[in-house]
Amino acid sequence: MTAVPVPHRVISRRPETADTVTLRFEPVGRPLADFLPGQFAMVHAFGRGEIPVSVSSVQATGGLAHTVRSVGAVSDGLCAARVGDVVGIRGPYGTSWELQRARGRDVVIVAGGIGFAPLRPLILGALAEPEAYRRINVLIGARTPSDLIARAEVASWATAYTGVTVDQPEPDWRGDVGVVTQLLGRAQFEPEETTAFVCGPEPMIRATARELIQHGVPHDRVQVSLERNMRCATGHCGHCQLGPVLVCQAGPVVDWAHAEPLLAVREL
Amino acid sequence: MTATAAPAVLDRKGLDALVAALVAQGRTVVGPTVRDGAVVLAELTSADALPFGWGVELEAGRYRLVRREDGAAFAHSAGPQSWKNFLHPPRERLWSADRKPDGEVVFGAEEPADPSYAFLGVRPCDLRAIAIQDRVLTGGRFEDSGYGRRRSGALLIAAECTEPGATCFCVSTGGGPAADPGYDLALTEVVDEHGHRFLVRVGSEEGARLLEQVPHRAADPVTEDTARASVEGARDRMGRSLPPVDLHTLMGSSLDADRWNDVAERCLTCGNCTMVCPTCFCTTTEEVTDLTGDHTERWQRWDSCFDLDFSYLHGGPVRRSARSRYRQWLTHKLSTWHDQFGTSGCVGCGRCIAWCPVGIDITEEVAALKAESETETD
Repeated sequence: MTAVPVPHRVISRRPETADTVTLRFEPVGRPLADFLPGQFAMVHAFGRGEIPVSVSSVQATGGLAHTVRSVGAVSDGLCAARVGDVVGIRGPYGTSWELQRARGRDVVIVAGGIGFAPLRPLILGALAEPEAYRRINVLIGARTPSDLIARAEVASWATAYTGVTVDQPEPDWRGDVGVVTQLLGRAQFEPEETTAFVCGPEPMIRATARELIQHGVPHDRVQVSLERNMRCATGHCGHCQLGPVLVCQAGPVVDWAHAEPLLAVREL
Repeated sequence: MTATAAPAVLDRKGLDALVAALVAQGRTVVGPTVRDGAVVLAELTSADALPFGWGVELEAGRYRLVRREDGAAFAHSAGPQSWKNFLHPPRERLWSADRKPDGEVVFGAEEPADPSYAFLGVRPCDLRAIAIQDRVLTGGRFEDSGYGRRRSGALLIAAECTEPGATCFCVSTGGGPAADPGYDLALTEVVDEHGHRFLVRVGSEEGARLLEQVPHRAADPVTEDTARASVEGARDRMGRSLPPVDLHTLMGSSLDADRWNDVAERCLTCGNCTMVCPTCFCTTTEEVTDLTGDHTERWQRWDSCFDLDFSYLHGGPVRRSARSRYRQWLTHKLSTWHDQFGTSGCVGCGRCIAWCPVGIDITEEVAALKAESETETD
């Protein structure tokens, strides 16, 4: 059947940064199937259009939420939504983070900028079962301290190591300055026994995945989340192609072993 | 089973009766007809509208109608359109939404009463193209419901190819001038001293029922032999061919080829090849609102991987250069299509060659890529 959006009411709206908002939703009528961390929805701003957005919270742990950065007509419209507004959502679409592959192993989760949002439900899922994993590490990078999302929540997490770094500090910043990969030196993990999850801008994904592998993490144990233009999310519009991969079907979460040769080709 | 019914023969009157029977069933009959200096696909109300006595002359960047002495109706190669214009139309409303005074939003799926199509004169290359679009749009985890609805109601009457054009290369894509299964009826046109007639093979129960409704006779050996010989003859008269190599592998290993720069110098990135290609399926979406702002509609329209916006991500397009966009089209068509849908995306109809305004020839480009790959491995 045609994928038609399902009405959802905005039940809370939390500004995260100057241009980023987290919206929590409840279904007006029938609910969507349960999302898994890493999956995405097509979210509709009335009269503007639809965009793919990964879930920053899933029904199973805290209800459906999207964290949206205002960068275009549709995301502007979504960021301006008020509590009580109705937004159309369809999904779940795409692949999810394979957290079960990290069971019994060290976990390294690396987020760059808004890439933190799709990783958040994964982190919550791991923290809900700390005994299932060895050491959980969360590494977060952003351009400036003002671009950091959910700082208080991050500070409350009981991980083996949580590191936060920014590219450009601000006057009150006392934390790390520099790229997120430099935090790997302080993270607590045995590379051969580690599963890693990475999301952020493509150059950051590339640099992080390469560094993890240099440390000795097996390259089929590094999962990354890719981004491409998407119009349908059902594998029919052709926009999200990355070589042989239709990102909406075989992604957004893929093994680095699969993604690396594709991302190495310019303008693929 | 009647689908294996013995071949029959229709004469010109039988063809008239066939179209009349389809119209009487309430079907929208679409077939080739001459308009605006080309053989186009349009609704037919009688067989008289078929392009009797017209052929075409094709070359890279060139398409001309020519008169035929024999009065044949289906002796023309692929025209500027394909059946995707009807099954996967250039514009289609997907759904609409209304915002009520209390702020509630109601979404409504589009469920139009699509015409019940009968396609008359589907060339074997286009029959394969329809099978490919079936896989793409209805064979995956999700189905394009509009396509599925129109497709399941469509009756396909193939016309086997007896007159390939200079831009044709179906045989080298694994197809042929003979029709693969998938048709309801397959016609093979025969014009000789015994008259103008059509050998008919039945491919489905529905085709058999349709044939029952029109005057026909059992096929005679002369008609069968002549039909078979002219289709076989067409196999040897293809104007072009793709190199007989594993194209999936060749394209996959040619991403850094210099030839892409060469073709990028000529390619206008106009997207004509993607519009005329019978398998190109890519679409984009548009949001259209009325003046109240409380009614909005989601429209789908054809899109092209040659368009800069096609790969736009926040910050700019992924594929900026003409080189990368031509490479995307050709590599998808011949290589990554296999990875995504388990088949090639090319049927060798030659439309992209004829309708390219600068005459870029897919077979020439692939041959050049092959030559380049061989130089490198030497």
